[in-house]
Amino acid sequence: MSVLTVTKENFEDEILKSEKTVLLDFWASWCGPCRMVSPIVDEIALEHPEYKVGKVNVDEQPELAASFSVMSIPSLFVLKDGKVVNSSVGAKPKTQILEMLK
Amino acid sequence: MEKCYDTVIIGGGPCGYTAAVYAARAGLKTLVIEKFSAGGQMCETSQIDNYPGFEEGIDGFTLGYKIQSAAEKFGTKTVSAEVLETDLKAVPKIIKTDLGEFSAKTVIIATGAKHKHLGLKEEDSFIGKGLGYCATCDGMFYKDKTVAVVGGGNSAAADALYLSKICKKVYLIHRRDKLRATKVYNTPLLNAHNIEFIWNGEVAEILGDGKVNGVKVKLNTDGSFKEIPLDGIFISIGRSPETDIVKGQLQLDENGYIIANETTKTNLEGVFAAGDVRTKALRQIVTAAADGAVAAHFAEEYLNSL
Repeated sequence: MSVLTVTKENFEDEILKSEKTVLLDFWASWCGPCRMVSPIVDEIALEHPEYKVGKVNVDEQPELAASFSVMSIPSLFVLKDGKVVNSSVGAKPKTQILEMLK
Repeated sequence: MEKCYDTVIIGGGPCGYTAAVYAARAGLKTLVIEKFSAGGQMCETSQIDNYPGFEEGIDGFTLGYKIQSAAEKFGTKTVSAEVLETDLKAVPKIIKTDLGEFSAKTVIIATGAKHKHLGLKEEDSFIGKGLGYCATCDGMFYKDKTVAVVGGGNSAAADALYLSKICKKVYLIHRRDKLRATKVYNTPLLNAHNIEFIWNGEVAEILGDGKVNGVKVKLNTDGSFKEIPLDGIFISIGRSPETDIVKGQLQLDENGYIIANETTKTNLEGVFAAGDVRTKALRQIVTAAADGAVAAHFAEEYLNSL
């Protein structure tokens, strides 16, 4: 599956109500480490259809960033049944991200 | 194990991919193993003004991608994997990753360095909650707020200047009475009306309850403590080399850097240490790239001698 662009408009329907486990990547275009992680997140989306993978652009979605208390990017969150069950700050290798999703 | 490479380069920063350009152009079967995408430490720099050829400056991510593209144009392969351990004495040399095992006749260690931590027990619990190591990544979360930068080198100076344009107030906490940073930073730092220097200060404790709300600084001049209320704190006290995967095999200096001279040759035949991970006087993108070229040259020479 491709990566979903998450906005405050689709957040409730796509993320909170998702039946699949969700991986959310908070990023910005000017953040180098975010751009390093971004292709890894894309790969996970393609290779693991059992997860829903979304990206939140913190410039465009400051309310979502604030509601997750994001103060450092890249920040990754794993949600199950609309609740955050795991999170991490900073660039992480693929295997560690997949480990977070388990 | 699939196949044996002529050279495996561990690390995809400016050193690793420059080594790959030279190795691939020399006709060597070349693999770069990088856990993220290309660029390494320079990805945290949004404007690089001291790499030749880019008079308008260039951001680190783009530069990394450009060097990688050049290397791949000449036949370099990249694997996105994390190296877990190596056997550099074996013939061929073995590199174990989370995506399987690779073998090579020569190995170029271009793993670079990572941010040094203060070493305070509460430090990790505040990461992402007001404490950060990348001002260009997180500065915008502190718009019109009060932050501190800890350190006195070029990165600390650049971080303080960058943050002074976004934040209400920036404290620069340094344990000495003058900066180590290059002179080019002096005038802008002194001219920035919202930067306050805390000289001879060492961070004793990060204060906060789930989120940073201040810092306790020990002033080395008289041993007194000073508490400063803050919204965020950026640690910029230098870097430490990434040598976990070669420990016990390669000789390291007292700071953990791999001992190798300008030839990049290490104590093991066919193993080269290049870029920031090597003992050297000046760690810059251009010197990392230069090391990459040298390492590829001597790797080729070694291969010819086999």
